[in-house]
Parts: sequence; structure tokens; C-alpha cells
Amino acid sequence: MGEAATARRLLTGTVSPAPHDVVILGSGPAGLTAAIYCARANLAPLVFEGEPSSTGDQPGGQLMITTDVENYPGFPDGIMGPELMAAFRAQAARFGAEFRTEKVVRVDFSEQPYRLWVRGEAGADSAARARAVIVSTGARSLMLGLPAEERLIGRGLSTCATCDGFFFRGREIAVVGGGDSAMEEALFLTKFATKVTVIHRRDQLRASKIMQDRAFASDRIEFLWNHVVTDIVGAEAVEGVQVRHTETGAERILPLAGVFIAIGHQPNTDLFQGLLGMKPNGYLVTEPGSTRTNVPGVFACGDAQDDVYRQAVTAAGSGCMAAIDAERWLEAQHDSGHG
Amino acid sequence: MAGITTLSSATFDETVGAAAKPVLVDFWAEWCGPCKMIAPVLDELANEHGDSITFTKLNVDEAPEVARRQGVMSIPTLIVFKGGQPSKRIVGAKSKAALLEDLAEFL
Repeated sequence: MGEAATARRLLTGTVSPAPHDVVILGSGPAGLTAAIYCARANLAPLVFEGEPSSTGDQPGGQLMITTDVENYPGFPDGIMGPELMAAFRAQAARFGAEFRTEKVVRVDFSEQPYRLWVRGEAGADSAARARAVIVSTGARSLMLGLPAEERLIGRGLSTCATCDGFFFRGREIAVVGGGDSAMEEALFLTKFATKVTVIHRRDQLRASKIMQDRAFASDRIEFLWNHVVTDIVGAEAVEGVQVRHTETGAERILPLAGVFIAIGHQPNTDLFQGLLGMKPNGYLVTEPGSTRTNVPGVFACGDAQDDVYRQAVTAAGSGCMAAIDAERWLEAQHDSGHG
Repeated sequence: MAGITTLSSATFDETVGAAAKPVLVDFWAEWCGPCKMIAPVLDELANEHGDSITFTKLNVDEAPEVARRQGVMSIPTLIVFKGGQPSKRIVGAKSKAALLEDLAEFL
């Protein structure tokens, strides 16, 4: 077949492009660090960086909807989350990583090369084929699971404090949760709201000491301990939340204009159900001391496999591990003649 | 005509009210990461579907009272107006494919 004919068939999709050595799913600190290392190892990684979203499951990951990152080493004055992720991406691109702003919705790990599909491609042609796959799909914020959430999202109920804090200038709002993200959101929201009530189901915070100290020091933050949110009230917009005392069971309604949910995360691993080993909570299982999953050539890093540390720097560290594991695995395949 | 028209509090009512075609308004701001992420997607949609929908955007920092009047409490919010009335509301950043699905009734 002549070159022109090959090019034509490539364009019409009847010939799949050659498999990539490495395809990376996700583009948070883990995925982009893996991309930097794979690119520098001349593996020409293809990164499916995800789709726009307001949930944290988006190109750049959860740091895209945060503000100041103060604990990433190398930035003594802190850095804005989106700025940090733009720098990660530029560094990966500089060494030749290829990006597609799409989300992988289906994978086939049953035979080599592995196949991956993106949204809107139902047919037999896969979007890409890969010898090794690095899963760095991250995690997204958990919601409360209340029926009112669907009705009131964007109408006073928010998943993105940095996007929506502005709309609560001079109003009273609540943040649900007791970890670092909850404290970070509460402190950020005091720039706008006159009062922020932190609703937490326990009688003490899970957040780091420094974040606790800052939150306790703010005269705009109040704490409602031992309470859970049982409903969000309001027809057209949030008017309040119904809370229940975890011990007495007493219920009451707090009048509020806005509610920000920061109760934890769930891994973006639905796509791998039944294909990759995972814990009951959905986090991927890797062999201790490595990023190897139960499928040869598939490596997992970042929050998708980490329900303990969940930091940008640990995600980046495990992304580096995944790249090195993938590179060595590819070399071993090549040496044994299966490459 | 393709492209995205920038609205202000002075031109909002007139643009949205007088139009024969549906008018999509993108409520956005400089400090909103997800807004920036869908901006190129909206540019593409405006170029491809500018015949069916008039694409516009409104900076909520510059026109907070318009955002308040439309009940916008989260951005990005896209509202499609038909005959001056809000007909569809899309909250949060989405992929192009998902937006096309949401906008199908106007295309």
C-alpha cells in the first residue's frame, strides 16, 4: 500500500495508529509527573488529560479548584493550584508528552496491546492502543447523597468554593466536613461570607494542626460539632440546612444562603470495576512498594490508589514510581521478545 | 455570525430580550478555573452553531446585579434565553459532547 493510501486509511479510521508504549489516564500531579518521566525516557507518552468539569475530576485534577498550595515543596511563598498544574503540564509537554483533552470511558486489558475508548466512540475502533497503561484518574469530592442536592446544585449548593464564594458576599453559609479541605474552604469563604458554620459529625477535626489553628482563630468561623446534615431546604435556592445531633438525634434547621460540601473523596475508578483489583472503597490495589496492579503492564498512582496520604506531593512521587515501573516493564517485555 | 458577543449590564436585557434566535449567556469570571476551561469549548460551539444560537458571555465581576437577578450562584453557569425567558440552565463545566447534548433542543 502506498503512503498516500495509508494516510487516507489512517484518516478514515480503518487502520489504527501504532500502539503507544505508554498511555496515561488523568493529568493531576500523579499523571503529569508520570508524563514528565516517561517523556524523558523517550516513551512518547499519550496523556488523556480528562474533560472540563467543576468537580475536580478534570484536566489538572483537584488542585484546579483550589487556591493557595502552601505545602508543595519548592514554593516557600505558596503557589496557586492552577498555576502549579499549568507548570507541571508545560514541563511534560516540553519533553514531548502528547495531550488529548478527553476522558477514557472504557478499557480492554484482555490482550496486548491494551485498548482504550473515549466518550462518543461506541464503535469497534478504539481511541488508542497501549503496551503499558498508567492509571492516575484521581478522586472527586463526595456529595451527601441527598435528593435535594440535584435540585440545588448551583443554587446555593456548591462543590467549588473558589468558583462560587463570590456569590455569598455578606451572606451566612456552611461548610460540611472536618478535614483539611473543609478548613481550607471555610477560611477561603470568610473573604466573602459574614459567617461560616463548619458542620462536623465528630467533636474534633481531622484537619492538620496548622489548618485547625487558623480556623479556630477566625472570628467568622463557628463550629457545630456532632451534627450531620439530613436535608438541604429551599425550593429555588438554598434557604437552610436541616441538621441532626449525632447523639441526641435532635433535628433543627439552620437558615443559610449557601452550603459547601467537603466531606471526603471517592476514587475515579468506576471504569476499572471488575478489571483491576480494588479495595471495597474503590481505591485500586497496588503491590506494596510498587505501582503494579494485578494486570501486567497496568500501573496505578496518585489518589486513585491512595486512601491514606492523598497529597499533591505523594501523588507526584507515586507518578514517578509508575513511570519507572512502566519503563522497566516495557524493557523486560522487549528483552523477552514479547515487545 | 460566529463568535462570542461580550455582554454588559447595559446590553444584557436588550440582547437577550430582542433576539429571534435563542441566546446563550456564559456567566463567568477571571478567577474561575472551570470557566477558563470551557471557554475554548464555547468558542468552538459558537463557530459551529452560531447560526442556531447566539453565543454571549457576561463577566459576573462587572455585572453582579445581572447574575443576582438571574439567580446565578455558581459559575460557570450557561443560561439559554428564548424570547427573553430563561429556557435552559447548565451549571458547571462540561465537555463539548455533554454541552452539545444539553443544547440539542436549540440546534
